[in-house]
Amino acid sequence: MAVKVYGAATSTATVRVLLCLEEMGAEYELVPIDFFTGEHKSPPHLARNPFGQMPAFEDGDLILFESRAISRYVLRKYKSSGPDLLRDGSLEESAMVDVWLEVEAQQYDKAISSIYIETVIKPVFFGGVTDEKVVAESVEKLGKVLDVYEARLSKSKYLAGDFLSFADLSHIPYTQHIIASPHASLFESRLHVKAWWESLASRPAYKKVTAGVPTSK
Amino acid sequence: MGVKVYGMPMSTNTIRVLAALNEKGVEFELVIVDLRTGAHKQPDFVALNPFGQIPVLEDGDVVLFESRAISRYIATKYSEAGPDLLLSGGTLAERAAVDLWLEVESQQFGPPIAALVYEALIKPMLGGATDAAVVEAQAGKLEKVLDVYEARLAQSKYLAGAEFTLADLNHIPYTNYLMKTPKASLVTSRPHVLAWWQDVSSRAAWKKTAAGIPF
Repeated sequence: MAVKVYGAATSTATVRVLLCLEEMGAEYELVPIDFFTGEHKSPPHLARNPFGQMPAFEDGDLILFESRAISRYVLRKYKSSGPDLLRDGSLEESAMVDVWLEVEAQQYDKAISSIYIETVIKPVFFGGVTDEKVVAESVEKLGKVLDVYEARLSKSKYLAGDFLSFADLSHIPYTQHIIASPHASLFESRLHVKAWWESLASRPAYKKVTAGVPTSK
Repeated sequence: MGVKVYGMPMSTNTIRVLAALNEKGVEFELVIVDLRTGAHKQPDFVALNPFGQIPVLEDGDVVLFESRAISRYIATKYSEAGPDLLLSGGTLAERAAVDLWLEVESQQFGPPIAALVYEALIKPMLGGATDAAVVEAQAGKLEKVLDVYEARLAQSKYLAGAEFTLADLNHIPYTNYLMKTPKASLVTSRPHVLAWWQDVSSRAAWKKTAAGIPF
């Protein structure tokens, strides 16, 4: 039976889950949740995700929310039909995956999401005005984070080691939007970061999922 | 050679790691990295954590940063000792419940409580003045989050289900500080959250960890 993802291609968290499903060749159905009608705050969706956010996930009786938790479930469930992206079999490798997943959530995400929220989400979804000061501060912050990534990726092919992992994929949703914006220079000016991104963007799962994601370019 | 934790005894993220080590009964050495002297920005420390933040865990050749990744490592490495903090022996659904509430702590609970605790407790300690408007704003966000917790804990004893897991443990350090502020009322006014707090904070391992917190 196919699993269900309740969300939208414009939701970066939804894209995170779709990438994992595609990488593992899993059968799934994307059930669209309409942001503009407030469907994510409606009782049926709140019953799946009490924080009223996208995505929610259904596998038979199991209902999950929080994209990184859903992703871990997907990567474990379909483990035999795709790449080993969590490295559960090795204490040290899985620890490195977890470190760089936390770096994504705590360091990277906070800087890059502000840029996307100010330049796209606010004007398009809320009819608001971009705060250029916040954008400038976030760009500076992201630059410092990417300096650490540049140093890391000059020592290993991917973030957790020489193997692709969920830690790398987890960066894709927001990065896709920034690469399509004038701020792409943050990535293009850092050679190892650039090569890392190009490697991720060349994957079939990336191409399939992101074909459905509107970007500002 | 034993486990070393680089951090400070009052740092919530350091405490998160110490709490996990104590739940597993693992001996460790706390190496002080004093933020007030800028020790975290010195080359020796940045070589361990390129983001220049505490804590760092050193276990033989393994060097880790990001407290939530460190606590997962401890729960995984010592899964046979003490409580099964990640339900590693459980079904995929049971393990997913732990991951879900770990993410809720990280994404929903963490940001408002960290900002509130900083404003109400840490700032005055550093010689600054608490901005009451900031405290109110963060408390407003945290209240909505705790309403979800109240509903959840009315259905299960612990966040991920019937057993204490890392998902509960990761909440303890910041909640401990919240209870020292006037906004403790956010917990005391929610009966299931209060009962959960009283339970998790009365664990022997937590009492041992709390004894090492300077205030």
